[in-house]
Amino acid sequence: MRRHIPQLPQFVGCRSLVSHTVPLRSGVSPMADATAQQSSRSRDLDKLLLRPGHLVGPAFEPGAELRDDLQKYVRILVVGAGGLGCELLKDLALSGFRNLEVIDMDRIEVSNLNRQFLFRLEDVGKPKAEVAAKRVMERVSGVNIVPHFCRIEDKELEFYSEFSIIVLGLDSIEARSYINAVACGFLEYDSNDNPQEQTMKPMVDGGTEGFKGHARVILPGMTPCFECTIWLFPPQVKFPLCTLAETPRTAAHCIEYAHLIKWDEVHSGKSFDPDNPEHMQWVYLEAAKRAELFGIPGVTYSLTQGVVKNIIPAIASTNAIISAACALETLKIASGCSKTLSNYLTYNGVEGLHTKVTEFVKDKDCLVCGPGILIELDTSVTLKMFIDLVEDHPKLLMSGASVTHRGKNLYMQAPPVLEEMTRSNLSLPLFELMDKFPKGIVHVTGTAGKGDKRQSCLRKLRVAFKGVDGITDTDMAGGA
Amino acid sequence: MARSPIPPEILSPSVSIRTLSPKSQISPLISPLLLSPLRGFSSNSEGIMIKLFKVKEKQRELAENSNGKPPVKKQSAGELRLHKDISELNLPKTCSISFPNGKDDLMNFEVTIRPDDGYYLGGTFTFTFQISSIYPHEAPKVKCKTKVYHPNIDLDGNVCLNILREDWKPVLNINTIIYGLYHLFTEPNHEDPLNREAAAVLRDNPKMFESNVRRAMAGGYVGQTFFTRCI
Ligand SMILES: [Zn+2]
Repeated sequence: MRRHIPQLPQFVGCRSLVSHTVPLRSGVSPMADATAQQSSRSRDLDKLLLRPGHLVGPAFEPGAELRDDLQKYVRILVVGAGGLGCELLKDLALSGFRNLEVIDMDRIEVSNLNRQFLFRLEDVGKPKAEVAAKRVMERVSGVNIVPHFCRIEDKELEFYSEFSIIVLGLDSIEARSYINAVACGFLEYDSNDNPQEQTMKPMVDGGTEGFKGHARVILPGMTPCFECTIWLFPPQVKFPLCTLAETPRTAAHCIEYAHLIKWDEVHSGKSFDPDNPEHMQWVYLEAAKRAELFGIPGVTYSLTQGVVKNIIPAIASTNAIISAACALETLKIASGCSKTLSNYLTYNGVEGLHTKVTEFVKDKDCLVCGPGILIELDTSVTLKMFIDLVEDHPKLLMSGASVTHRGKNLYMQAPPVLEEMTRSNLSLPLFELMDKFPKGIVHVTGTAGKGDKRQSCLRKLRVAFKGVDGITDTDMAGGA
Repeated sequence: MARSPIPPEILSPSVSIRTLSPKSQISPLISPLLLSPLRGFSSNSEGIMIKLFKVKEKQRELAENSNGKPPVKKQSAGELRLHKDISELNLPKTCSISFPNGKDDLMNFEVTIRPDDGYYLGGTFTFTFQISSIYPHEAPKVKCKTKVYHPNIDLDGNVCLNILREDWKPVLNINTIIYGLYHLFTEPNHEDPLNREAAAVLRDNPKMFESNVRRAMAGGYVGQTFFTRCI
């Protein structure tokens, strides 16, 4: 999914930095003897999976059965079939995983070919997921890869629940945030607020930007999720509009002027599509005109793409290194053959090489992965009674609560226009407002605390209704 | 919308991680394999390695249980934070908010400002707000729907307000932005022009600027540009 600015001189030579030693690149001929190939291919893997060790996880049971089970039962989803995704599919397939699926909404572009090594010139225009799956299956015997050429939002949640581990090779915060919310959404907590292992959906997230990269392991409920640490991402640089309009000083200013101001002026109503080459070309030509007017050098088509899509050139070797780290973590989570990375690896190859592992901590009040506060209710409790209860609840003491459930705003204290629209819900049973499910998550905002310490807050609540079928399950029994 | 996945701060060896968050802990520069199991929850996290096969059945059960449920709408963290912002709105009586898509779509709304002071007294100006799923990491996109003769708002509705772009911070909220927009009408600023002509008139001839604003708001031409009535 990563897009790329081609032809930037400082990065052209980067492919030669790392020689890819995996057999894929050397053009091996199909093996005549599949068995011989199998044993030689799993030789290194066997060293990890067949022998006991000191650094292994507590549940590790070495043996051929483990290796076979990994092949047979573990299903892995790779999100993204771009620079990282290509590497991930190849690495995971060569690490012995047999059941892989890959999802990506993009088609192959010429500028991808320098590093998205599964693609050839004749593939330009075809869906990345489909070509990537086909190429890896051609080269690695025994692996089955199911491609999904669609947006991640197009899939039902059940689709994601089927996988043992989700591996991310993405280039956007939005997409990471979405998958993170989906994966954390499967997590359930018991009545003591302990995460239930069988509902935990592990994620391994890779990311690269030029010569820098990261690999992290997210075990929802145990290690920080993406949302717990979203502050790690630097805010996007945005130029003041008046600078763009009046006092441009750089090539990027000229490009953003064409993209943000001139486009609307000329195409009233039609929105700019960064994936449409004609749109991009138009922005480039306008930017070039403006640059000439102000005597500013440096506007090129590739810079235009870079500025508009906010991208930094991708480096094949960085992708290879980060992907290798991610594939290894995936193997460790699946097999227990070693303790997992705990929990955030950064890699920097800008000058020499620097890697570091940082153990970030969970935000215990995280709205996405945190347990929230368990509240048990009778099915007859109305929304109004629930709001009163939230005010008296010792862990909440929240006055003036507004309540939202799965995107439906059940009650809003403000502004008046929304208060009016939601007021009629107050007299209805919460059970009905929550579509008669025995349990569910609601979020409340209001003012909490006492005296000087009163402050506005947003809290996650796990609501469970007493005496409803399906609630006899151990996970909700026992009460708060 | 590709965004940097890498926090540059923590990639630079010279920068201490402590500057980022008091919550973060520092690991020595060692292989992840050698990380001490004594730290925090890392001993816990080993537990997950994973009885993947053993829990297989349970996972299937859960998936089956979820059948028959209506499709679950994913509520993004951005939506939740916005819910908080909206439920805490405290608008002056000169500003009002509306939700064209109903009460369950808070991500797209309109704010109407009726300045009670200054050049724009008596006018009615509507702004559209578009909120991203990663709000407040990213600022709302705000445009002025009403064509206005204003030094800091261009004829296509682009608004030059620092907190919408270069000075946006996640601690700011919708209320702050609405106050910022209101401020633009009481104190238009000729130093950050988006409408250069209007800015020049405001700077050189405030009396003429005032009469231009009145003419535009009443519905009429200022120079070559026609403005629809907004009083
Ligand atoms: Zn979290």
